[in-house]
Amino acid sequence: MTERPLSPHLSVYRMSRYTLLTSIVNRATGLVLSVGLILLVYWLVAVASGPAAYNGARTVLSLGVLKAVYVILLATFAYHLFAGIRHLIWDTGHGLERAQAKRSAALVLICAILLFVGLAWWALHAGARAP
Amino acid sequence: MTLRSPLATVLGQGSAKEGVHHWWVQRLTSVALVPLTAWFVVSLLSLPSFDHATISAWIGQLWTAVFLILLVLAAAWHSQLGVRVVVEDYVHGHGAKTLVLALVTFFHVVVAVAGVLAVLKVALGGAG
Repeated sequence: MTERPLSPHLSVYRMSRYTLLTSIVNRATGLVLSVGLILLVYWLVAVASGPAAYNGARTVLSLGVLKAVYVILLATFAYHLFAGIRHLIWDTGHGLERAQAKRSAALVLICAILLFVGLAWWALHAGARAP
Repeated sequence: MTLRSPLATVLGQGSAKEGVHHWWVQRLTSVALVPLTAWFVVSLLSLPSFDHATISAWIGQLWTAVFLILLVLAAAWHSQLGVRVVVEDYVHGHGAKTLVLALVTFFHVVVAVAGVLAVLKVALGGAG
């Protein structure tokens, strides 16, 4: 495999272009959300394992490190959601012109930031009444 | 214009109609995940407490259990499709690629089954 010639890639692309950036960020956020799925199932299994096991899992899930993970998950969810909707709109054949794609890339980012800030604000207030 | 190769035309090979399967299921699960994830985040943040009694009572409601199971299944399937493409792109060597893809698939099946069974157990009143 390694002997086969490889066309020059990565280095020949301008990484700062929004097309490349939105594509790779969508993929990266998807991977992060897969980790989120593991956390979700861990939590569900803990609930199913009874109150004692759940309290143990809750101690783990309340770790400071995981709180940072939840913030990242919230942000990646917000981005992946709108980037995914952008892809679904593309699938219908709309918004594929260069100017439109550039506009929708910005729109995805703005919507994602707004949703993230809104959800984080809500989570903070929910966290205040129920840790 | 035809996209079939001359050899395929001569041999009479048509489309197996499976070429778009990955693409289609990825779209199908993504469409399902929009309302499911929205419902999950809103429901979770609306819960008055995260203690065991509150959470198990919440999962014990029929529609909560239904949506949670659908969420786990759709998310696991969508995740499997996404991670598969990443592995196909970045893991080189036929053996390593096949092995990692198998592990990825097994892992997602375990996650999906564990998630669904956990919800069912709580919903059917087994989490005492």
